[in-house]
Amino acid sequence: MSSAYWPEGVERCSAGKFLVWLAAISVFLAWGGYAAFQIFSNGIGVTGLDNYFGFGLWITFDLAVIALGAGAFFSGFLRYIIRIDELKNVINLAVIVGFLCYSGAMLILVLDIGQPLRAWFGYWHPNVHSMLTEVIFCITCYCTVLIIEYVPLILENRKINQNKFCHHLAHNFHVYMPLFAGIGTFLSFFHQGSLGGMYGVLFGRPLVYREGFFIWPWTFFLFISSAIACGPAFTMLCGTLMEVITGRKLISYKTKALLAKISGLLLCFYIFFKILDTYAWAAGILPGMGLTFDEMFSSEHGYGKGLLWAELFWFGLLPAIMLVLPQVRKIPALMYLAAIMAAIGVTINRFVFTVQGLAIPVMPFDRWTTYYPNWAEWSTSLMIVAYGFLVMSLSYRYLPIFPQEVELNKQA
Amino acid sequence: MQAIEFKVKWGMLVNLDKCTGCGACTVACRAENNLSPEVEAGNKLRTNDWMNIYELSNGEPFPHHEVAYLPRPCMQCGKPSCSTVCPVVATTKDEEGGIVSQVYPRCIGCRYCMAACPYHARYFNWFDPVWPEGMEKTLTPYVSARPRGVVEKCTFCHHRFMAAKERARMNDEDPTQLAEDAYIPACAEICPTGAITFGDLHNPDHEISKLVASPNAFRLLVKLGTDPQVYYYSEREWVRKLGDNYLKNDKGGENV
Repeated sequence: MSSAYWPEGVERCSAGKFLVWLAAISVFLAWGGYAAFQIFSNGIGVTGLDNYFGFGLWITFDLAVIALGAGAFFSGFLRYIIRIDELKNVINLAVIVGFLCYSGAMLILVLDIGQPLRAWFGYWHPNVHSMLTEVIFCITCYCTVLIIEYVPLILENRKINQNKFCHHLAHNFHVYMPLFAGIGTFLSFFHQGSLGGMYGVLFGRPLVYREGFFIWPWTFFLFISSAIACGPAFTMLCGTLMEVITGRKLISYKTKALLAKISGLLLCFYIFFKILDTYAWAAGILPGMGLTFDEMFSSEHGYGKGLLWAELFWFGLLPAIMLVLPQVRKIPALMYLAAIMAAIGVTINRFVFTVQGLAIPVMPFDRWTTYYPNWAEWSTSLMIVAYGFLVMSLSYRYLPIFPQEVELNKQA
Repeated sequence: MQAIEFKVKWGMLVNLDKCTGCGACTVACRAENNLSPEVEAGNKLRTNDWMNIYELSNGEPFPHHEVAYLPRPCMQCGKPSCSTVCPVVATTKDEEGGIVSQVYPRCIGCRYCMAACPYHARYFNWFDPVWPEGMEKTLTPYVSARPRGVVEKCTFCHHRFMAAKERARMNDEDPTQLAEDAYIPACAEICPTGAITFGDLHNPDHEISKLVASPNAFRLLVKLGTDPQVYYYSEREWVRKLGDNYLKNDKGGENV
């Protein structure tokens, strides 16, 4: 009986239904797997990338999921270091979402770099002046931390936990969890920042170049703050999506509203500085390069000002105000909508920095270019989403992720 | 970032008033540096030309319309935007001569350097290079062919620099004081109109050191702070003005 493996006191769907669900996920895994095979066999030439757009959908996808996956380290920081007890109800979910986002991003990177077998060169021949070196260090180390945080969850499976060694191991992992939460916070803060710094240091790219504090461009701090602002909201959205799919209550609304409030406050902080930064960039940096604000946009090529206004106001300021207002947080639909808007906002930000930054002609005699990702990039990105659904489905079915589940469903 | 000052600084000056855009420099570069023939060259954002030629226009209607052709090698920037960002030290500017290196066996193919370079001087090997049967016999033995998945770029025919230094040592000459034509890249050698001048920017005996001081000499995008070692020359102001971005009524670029 597979129910013997389920967490204690919960209901799960039948094995047949679960297998149908896994089969649906497998379709996307197979499609992405085929594209990955083509890429490894023939080269990255099978994608829509080119010499102008060395970065495209994959890097946008990576940056977006890493920002949205920030819920893991930030929730861990608030739960174990700041000791907000309420967050114990979502910490397991946050860890799994974070693990999926980071491991997914790393899988995409394996496809994205031209020589995946040389990926370890980042450790062997590190350039200490490169923000990307720091990103390689921290992402790989933090992914290891997330694995360490995920392992005790697996060990808590009802059957596995009957094994004495596994039981004690899981217990000891939990005892040292604040230490890992601290390490995770440190690593995550830095690589979220370095991802922003990666763009901010590009003094040959007017859209993304920024001045800053000491060696860190302002984008360093903006990427950290946007990630910690959207991470908790995204974790909350993942939990809600799981509730919709499973038809069961998993997290109390009070906990969700707390995550939304945390996101709202941080989003207000972020968007205030983002607007200041945009003004300083338009008024200070661009004229110094002999460029104007208008020259940074071309709606004809798909990179109009609408993207900037959407990022700053419709998917930035507006969700920040919505999430910070208690009246809005009391209405579930509005709260979820605001969280979705915030996630879209941070994704637009990462897209603009990654793709639009490369589309702008810097040499006056050059021209605007447009990038279209092709099937190989879409299918592999969807494969990673499917991988997330797969791991999350298995985790939900067999691991005690939601401490409130039994109680909430008894009430229902 | 602290820029290294070199005793010898190889530079190039392209006279855009002499350049006819014939493409001989591009062809010579391809042959010299073992660039494989393009299998499919329809998408120009995918083709690999270390010496790419841009067409400039003054934007005026006939009969005042004028064009110029601008060959664009790697600028070998004094303050490169690419080498500082490479995570694995696969591209550096640390050798006497000031040529920005590219270490193919170390490049992981992340393409961060391509994103950093505003001149689009860097190219990625999207597929494995293929030479039609028999053509492999024409490969230059001193230049390594690159596999797919690594970035490459113009190196000012660095292997010729190595050979010139070797010759100087054999002749008991100072390899840091090479004569005017002891080392020139393939593009400068082949140019039929003599539009490309090459030499040591720090050596007063080399013609280039005088040419770059001309009020008609300019470089590309100096406002960004890249400090390129490639110069251009034109007596036409509209051409010089296309070397950088200017605000309305703005001056302050190089010789505009």
